[in-house]
Amino acid sequence: MKRLRGRMKYALVWFSAAVLALFVLLAVIAPLIVPHDPNAQNLLTRLKPPVWLHGAKAGFLLGTDNLGRDIFSRIVYGSRVSMTVGILAVCLSGAIGTLIGLLSGFYNAVDQVMMRIADIQLAFPTILLALAIVAVVGGGMNNLILVLGVTGWVPYARVVRSEVMSIRTSDFVVAAQTIGVTETRLLFRHILPNIVAPIITIATFQVASAIIAESSLSFLGLGVPVNVPSWGNMLSEGQLYLGTAWWISVFPGICIMLVVLAINILGDAVRDYMDPKTRLG
Amino acid sequence: MGGNLLEVRNLHKQFPIRAGLLRRTIGHVNAVNDVSFTLGTGETLGIVGESGCGKSTLGRMIMRVTDPTGGTIMFDGESLSELHGAKLRHARRKFQMVFQDPYASLNPKMRVEHILAEPLLVNGVMDREQARERAVRLLQRVGLRESDRLRFPHQFSGGQRQRIGIARALALSPKLIVADEAVSALDVSIQSQILNLMLDLKKEYGLSYIFISHNLAVVRHISDRVGVMYLGHLVELADKDSLYQNPLHPYTRALLSSAPVAKRGVQRDRIVLQGDVPNPANPPGGCPFHTRCPQAMDACRTVKPALRQLEPGHAVACHLY
Ligand SMILES: Nc1ncnc2c1ncn2[C@@H]1O[C@H](COP(=O)(O)OP(=O)(O)OP(=O)(O)O)[C@@H](O)[C@H]1O
Ligand code: SF4
Ligand SMILES: [Mg+2]
Repeated sequence: MKRLRGRMKYALVWFSAAVLALFVLLAVIAPLIVPHDPNAQNLLTRLKPPVWLHGAKAGFLLGTDNLGRDIFSRIVYGSRVSMTVGILAVCLSGAIGTLIGLLSGFYNAVDQVMMRIADIQLAFPTILLALAIVAVVGGGMNNLILVLGVTGWVPYARVVRSEVMSIRTSDFVVAAQTIGVTETRLLFRHILPNIVAPIITIATFQVASAIIAESSLSFLGLGVPVNVPSWGNMLSEGQLYLGTAWWISVFPGICIMLVVLAINILGDAVRDYMDPKTRLG
Repeated sequence: MGGNLLEVRNLHKQFPIRAGLLRRTIGHVNAVNDVSFTLGTGETLGIVGESGCGKSTLGRMIMRVTDPTGGTIMFDGESLSELHGAKLRHARRKFQMVFQDPYASLNPKMRVEHILAEPLLVNGVMDREQARERAVRLLQRVGLRESDRLRFPHQFSGGQRQRIGIARALALSPKLIVADEAVSALDVSIQSQILNLMLDLKKEYGLSYIFISHNLAVVRHISDRVGVMYLGHLVELADKDSLYQNPLHPYTRALLSSAPVAKRGVQRDRIVLQGDVPNPANPPGGCPFHTRCPQAMDACRTVKPALRQLEPGHAVACHLY
């Protein structure tokens, strides 16, 4: 039974890796495989359902949207935006938040300042803050990544800080001090490797919220421009047609879900791998 | 035994007690109070006392991982309490520590080889290849196999882990090792193996130990001299045999009388102490032991007895003498 569960888990991890690899591949080779220009409008092919449904039009695998654009082509192109924004924003916020958390947990003076700032920032919903910044500095994918990256540090910083505080008095950290390691090495080689698990947990959740934040901001006209297909754009555009043409928003929604799920499962696997107890035990 | 390796003078540690929303300091715990002693090269000083009497704090101050609030520590001709930053880091190679909990004292994410090579690498003592070789030799010296070098701490038993902890402490060829309850977490059968290993290493490398334990029998086994602590004070300090055969301080007597007797049939009068150990945040005036001492006199309540040498190799802080 245990063996079976182990195998299932193993298969699931590989499946997730495959899903993620597939989406990355799609994003990279998008221009080579799309059957249509993702922005080509055609009023004659408006709101066509996917090919397996009655009334479909040949050549439009997943149907068309209200402007007659090919959903499949848009999803393939949209993966570029969503994957890039999701992953890069999380790397950025994870790096910033982890660094601040490490310093806050270790140096009281840093802590006093940074936790005040975190409190202030938490008073505003991240999305509202991102919105305000984007409104000032302008939209576009690069700005979106920067803004989501810079505003998303607080959860990492909080968790890392409290982990550091509980671990910094433990014997192996004291032992590292007594053998004469520098504080930098202490933080990055002794403390950090022991707190990656919670960081990965937060990161996997944050990828999802970054992808969703992209869609919300794009919906408000503050994210990627309307002429750039993104899963977020598609999701929000399709909302009006949920009753009549569900495929416009459901397919990008499924993609978001698949990617988020795959990242979560892979995150778990990475966490297990990093823990010598589960790797070799 | 040569000259003095370590000279501790009037060492003091107060921990602030903080409370309330603003974490204001509302008082102090006197964890270590005016402790002075010396340690010769190649000597083992045992420190005994009940839980909370300040043994660990004393050891950690000597290891310079806790900052003293008063007093001086002279080590190998250098004033340790004045060293900071890079100078302190450099000096650390000469004094190392063995910890109580062999599960908590090894980084769970590091392979044994890395744990043992790291002290050598961070101090620039050797290059990577030499450090790796030395790690293997250390491993073998403490009774583990070369093939163990690539394993992680959780793959060892408690006793094996403690051997790894000892090997790490040895890596930099220190002169002093402070062992804080180094065998207390281990099975009794393993305890003597570790103690014997430590005794062998001491002879082989000319080490000095400060061996902290609440276990009188263990301290007796390994020490040359023994210091007894009560409520942050060093109340008696004597050569091992002198202390165990002729304890002078009423607290030492009580402590020894309550320890289990090794030989069956040997009868000893048990001295049962009345009352609890006073709160170290609010210590009694005069002799710290007067609230529980069966022989307390008037002077004991007001005048604090100093640690005085009564006979060669035997000092005690008590008004009876
Ligand atoms: N970091 C700290 N902050 C505040 N108080 C402390 C701290 N460390 C120790 N103390 C207090 O100092 C006193 C001495 O503690 P210490 O750990 O040195 O005792 P110990 O003799 O080692 O006890 P044990 O046998 O339980 O290890 C205790 O009252 C303890 O509560
Ligand atoms: S000084 Fe007095 S109270 Fe203290 S131990 Fe000696 S006799 Fe007892
Ligand atoms: Mg202790």
